Amino acid sequence: MSADGAVAPATPAAPAVAVTGVSKVFRQAKGEVTALEAVDLTVAAGEFVSLIGPSGCGKSTLLRLVADLAEPTAGEVRVFGKTARAARRDQDYGIAFQAAGLLPWRTVSANVELPLELHGVGRAERRRRAQELLELVGLADFAKARPEQLSGGMQQRVAIARALAERPRLLLMDEPFGALDEMTRERMQAELVRLRTETGAAVVFVTHSIPEAVFLSDRVVVMSPRPGRITHVVDVPLAVRNEDVREAPAFYATVTAVREALRGRLPRGEVDGAAADEPAGADEPAAADEPAGAPRGPARANRTAE
Amino acid sequence: MLLLALVLAGLAWEGYKLVGGDDGGSALGVRVLPRADDVSMPHLWEIARRLGDPELSVAGADPVLVAVLRAMWFTFRVAFVGWLIGVVVGLFLAVLMQRVRVAEAALLPYVVVSQTVPLVALAPLVVGWGGHLTLFGRPWQPWMSVSLISGYLAFFPVAVGALRGLQSPTATQVELLHCQAASWWQALLRLRLPASVPYVVPALRLAATASVVGAIVAEISTGTRGGIGRLIIEYAQAATGDPAKPFTALLGAALLGVLGAALVSLIELALRRYTPAESGGVRS
Repeated sequence: MSADGAVAPATPAAPAVAVTGVSKVFRQAKGEVTALEAVDLTVAAGEFVSLIGPSGCGKSTLLRLVADLAEPTAGEVRVFGKTARAARRDQDYGIAFQAAGLLPWRTVSANVELPLELHGVGRAERRRRAQELLELVGLADFAKARPEQLSGGMQQRVAIARALAERPRLLLMDEPFGALDEMTRERMQAELVRLRTETGAAVVFVTHSIPEAVFLSDRVVVMSPRPGRITHVVDVPLAVRNEDVREAPAFYATVTAVREALRGRLPRGEVDGAAADEPAGADEPAAADEPAGAPRGPARANRTAE
Repeated sequence: MLLLALVLAGLAWEGYKLVGGDDGGSALGVRVLPRADDVSMPHLWEIARRLGDPELSVAGADPVLVAVLRAMWFTFRVAFVGWLIGVVVGLFLAVLMQRVRVAEAALLPYVVVSQTVPLVALAPLVVGWGGHLTLFGRPWQPWMSVSLISGYLAFFPVAVGALRGLQSPTATQVELLHCQAASWWQALLRLRLPASVPYVVPALRLAATASVVGAIVAEISTGTRGGIGRLIIEYAQAATGDPAKPFTALLGAALLGVLGAALVSLIELALRRYTPAESGGVRS
């Protein structure tokens, strides 16, 4: 129980992530590099938000600020209403990186148990929880295996199981599927959609892949480099996320909208994915995930900029 | 493997005695090959026979083998204490240098420089200091000086190897533990120490041989009695009349080094879980 946690207890109403006016400047030998400038972003509880942009746009830096792996030069990062540090100490988030980062001398099960072990959970309870998580990611038969016996995709699934060990309500993922082949990648995306539905956790997901961002997210945050800032927020109007969605017109329309935003061809601000090159709601049952007549476009800007 | 190496070394020895001239080989008046006569290079069976004969011509003297074994046991204990000192000090320095970056910058040069000081120069100093010390109410023993000097030689590979090992975890592994709110101590126990094993085990082996060499040199330069170092000097004085005798002591010294390295292999076996497996079949 840190002082920070006591001052600002997590409330159900608090958004999973609230970033306000955040800048990050790295001081290097050759001078200063502004990685992020005046960034505002709010991620609601249970919401899936992807950060996308070219290298150097600060998307990973933004994630690292939320994870308390770095501190902002200016501005404020709140996680469930607490400071990032308090949220980290209270294990309010789980995290997965591009490298699985498994400890090779531990079994798969012992790797998943590691966070629980660090926080004093008893052996029997750890075993039970690890088994449950490995079943969730489809690796129940590999509990006793060594990480080096697993393929890259399987190792990444272990890493995700480990991230879920403390039942966090927020998952931070930094290009977790970046090193996987395309087939494995799409299978992992489908699994992540299922995991997210089953856990109800909010997700902040950094990626280079436009289709990946669109397939997974409720909103895609488009960033631009030098200095890193948010240029567009694209709403994804997809109700269901299954393999058929990848061929749906609404999916293509949103992919196109994100691509246009990345190329800087759209005016800055909120973008309705489906409205990019066809009338909104024309032939998509997808709009069902929005309340009827939900305001789109500028009216929803308050979700990102307060 | 070890046996094969010993047989080959023996064959090389006897083979050279067969081929080499009694006066060695000379080029332009300078001898470039050692003499192969029976005084310079006694036959292996001569050395073996000498081990069985009494050490001295006095009645009731022990066989050389017993004297050498007794000296080996003495030096082994002294070197083992030196090895322990080296391992503890080396690991402590490595953890300190890993934890405090300033300490690495400040200490590492001294750690390296420490090994350029000749042991022979150090020995009288240590003996001198030891003369004024008591340890838990008991007077300082000469063997303690020898252990200390032996440890001085042994800590170096441990400090350098362990530092590299403690720094070997990937950025992802380190950041994961940070995100999991692990304390420094937890990260040391669960990540850095296990990850350092592949670096520390070879360092322990180097330290084992270094501690034996350090103990023997220290015995000689401090004039400590009872160990294999003293025996090498004593037997060398008998070389002209009893050429096989010095080689028995040398054999004992060499075996001590092998024994030390072999004992570290037991540690390696116990820690094999932490050494990377040879790349097994990767499922996809």
